[in-house]
Amino acid sequence: MVTVDIEKCVGCGECEDVCTFGAISVVDEKAVVDQDSCTLCGACVEACPEEALEMSRDDAGLSDSAVSLDAWRGVWVVAEIRNGRYAPVTFELLGKARQLADDLDTDLTAVLMGADVSRHAPELVHRGADRVLVADCPELEAFVDEACAKVLAWLAKEEKPEIILSGATAMGRAFIPQVATMLETGLTADCTGLEISPDGRDLLQTRPAFGGNLLATIICDTRRPQMSTVRPHVLKALEPDSSRTGEIKEVKPPEDLLQGRVKVMESVIEESEGPLLSDSEIVLTAGRGMENEKNISMLEALAHCMDAGLGATRAVTEAGWLPGRFQIGQTGVTVSPKLYMGFGVSGAIQHLVGMQGSDIIVAINKDPDAPIFDVATYGIVADVKEILPVLTKRICQERGIDNV
Amino acid sequence: MNIVVCIKQVPDAASVKWDHEKGTLLRDGVQSVINPFDYNAIEAALSLRDELGGKVTALTMGPPQAQEALREAMSMGVDDGVVVSDRAFAGADTLATTYTLAQAIKKMGQVDAVLCGKQAIDGDTAQVGPGLAVRLDIPCVTCVGDMEIIDGGKGLRLKRMCEQGYDVVEVGFPVLLTTLASLNTPRVPSLKGKMRAKKAEIPLWSAADIGAKEEKIGLKGSPTKVFSTHIPKFEARREMLQGTVEEQVDFLVQKLKEAGII
Ligand SMILES: Cc1cc2nc3c(=O)[nH]c(=O)nc-3n(C[C@H](O)[C@H](O)[C@H](O)COP(=O)(O)OP(=O)(O)OC[C@H]3O[C@@H](n4cnc5c(N)ncnc54)[C@H](O)[C@@H]3O)c2cc1C
Ligand SMILES: Nc1ncnc2c1ncn2[C@@H]1O[C@H](COP(=O)(O)O)[C@@H](O)[C@H]1O
Repeated sequence: MVTVDIEKCVGCGECEDVCTFGAISVVDEKAVVDQDSCTLCGACVEACPEEALEMSRDDAGLSDSAVSLDAWRGVWVVAEIRNGRYAPVTFELLGKARQLADDLDTDLTAVLMGADVSRHAPELVHRGADRVLVADCPELEAFVDEACAKVLAWLAKEEKPEIILSGATAMGRAFIPQVATMLETGLTADCTGLEISPDGRDLLQTRPAFGGNLLATIICDTRRPQMSTVRPHVLKALEPDSSRTGEIKEVKPPEDLLQGRVKVMESVIEESEGPLLSDSEIVLTAGRGMENEKNISMLEALAHCMDAGLGATRAVTEAGWLPGRFQIGQTGVTVSPKLYMGFGVSGAIQHLVGMQGSDIIVAINKDPDAPIFDVATYGIVADVKEILPVLTKRICQERGIDNV
Repeated sequence: MNIVVCIKQVPDAASVKWDHEKGTLLRDGVQSVINPFDYNAIEAALSLRDELGGKVTALTMGPPQAQEALREAMSMGVDDGVVVSDRAFAGADTLATTYTLAQAIKKMGQVDAVLCGKQAIDGDTAQVGPGLAVRLDIPCVTCVGDMEIIDGGKGLRLKRMCEQGYDVVEVGFPVLLTTLASLNTPRVPSLKGKMRAKKAEIPLWSAADIGAKEEKIGLKGSPTKVFSTHIPKFEARREMLQGTVEEQVDFLVQKLKEAGII
């Protein structure tokens, strides 16, 4: 419950401004909390310049004894392998986890699950793992989320790691929440930052909420393991070092864990030009201002010479100029590349929430009042049809590529 | 078929405005809406019922006002609605939320299908669906982009979408699905539906009603806690380039080179 110290409250309204839930307001110059709407997020407590707000957590019932928390040691990364290739986020996680493990003075273990995957295990050591646990089972040929969840939960109960990290990919987001529920522990989704608390062994997990408009740091200090899924492209991978050595251990999960009730009939890989949207460091987005399907090929040419992924607004996917999986935004994918460029994108909030986390945002729009300019690092008021050929030519020159 | 669709009331992104200069939220006129992905879950539930018979119950955990979301769902054709509402639920993270929703679903008796949206746009976790499936001990298929009834109504063939394409999967009932926007086009409320929804009795179930253990709900049952929050400031934004097309492009290319991007 959030309580207001009437003596200290000066009625400045800072708390009212930051409350996303409309649960606190200033009445007669004092803050009043509507306990029904309050979700105990703590934003107001943080914002109050007078320190007049206090949140009582009253979670004594939850905490296991300190002794049992100490039984959990080590950092784990769940490796994701698709078609014999690791998802880039796996190496990014290992890079960060290496640092976390060193801070905690403990080991870093990678967990590899799949069929015929053992031969890929050494690569995980080269990327920073001290140890790899391999569950190489024919049953895991396709992605059977139920089996993966049960195997990982079984391993975690046996080995008791204090931290488990996974990529916030379609795969990770499908089965990691099942593992956390099986282990009755906390899971923080879609993290963009991870650090160890300066005064202990707790993992500080930072994640965006409300489409990146709010950043929250989450802790899980009373249970183990501490679990997070992490967005691709926010952490740095280590350079592979083939001289690194580590232990590779095969594990045999009990048969009954390997049966899933969902049967995977086939896996279809859709051919896409260039890298996957969510994996791209550069995303070029087509908006309705591209005017027609034919013009999209101008953007494809630029994407090609920049090695960029193509994205789209809903207006574009609905018009059928690009397939639905290219859609960025509230009802599409979220991207946070190093560079986002919007071509004829107006900047509707439903689109902005899916790209606001990008490092550099460039907007090209002929309407100087388009809302996208409010979030753009660089804005160009112009017709995309004029900008695109010039830009493509210049960038091809820079990169020494023939302009096709 | 006993079908449950879980819906969440969320702040309408279009009505939430952020003042990035001051780093605060402008709360005037924030409205609550049904989480956009949940409309697709409602439509999927209704289409299953239309094909296979039975009834659809919409379930939400939230404040008593969340009844409004259920009325909207009912105007689209959902048969019943239940709000699980109790002060003791406040501060629930996804672990406590899935426990609470599972307790409510268990009270409804045998269920054949549970539909959830892919994710809620306020929390953005996408964790409730898969977690709830574990609580109910039923299989789960996430990110469903296409659905077809097979085996004379005994199962479903689904497209599970992922970054590089999709899997075609088959599963029997009971099952939990999380829905993408591309799955279907939600139907619009009918006049008859609106009339019925207006008059419908929507029960509020408390923690005691669903037999929830105190230590598993709300803040007490939530291992994750918000340690701190802040509103990111977009610094040095809104630099409008000037000059001819060539000059603007040159400037931009220069900046991208400096940033090490090209
Ligand atoms: C529940 C819900 C969910 C939604 N989810 C999403 C989502 O996930 N993703 C998404 O993108 N949208 C989503 N939308 C739709 C969103 O509200 C907008 O309609 C959409 O993003 C607009 O796309 P746009 O910017 O391409 O088109 P418009 O808004 O039509 O903008 C086109 C822009 O191009 C400019 N322009 C035109 N011609 C040129 C030219 N020759 N050169 C330069 N500029 C030009 C115009 O000035 C204009 O600003 C959602 C909407 C709802 C209600
Ligand atoms: N409080 C809630 N009440 C009912 N359903 C919910 C609630 N929270 C989440 N859900 C369901 O779970 C889905 C995913 O939510 P989340 O895991 O919070 O992103 C939503 O689309 C809803 O279908």
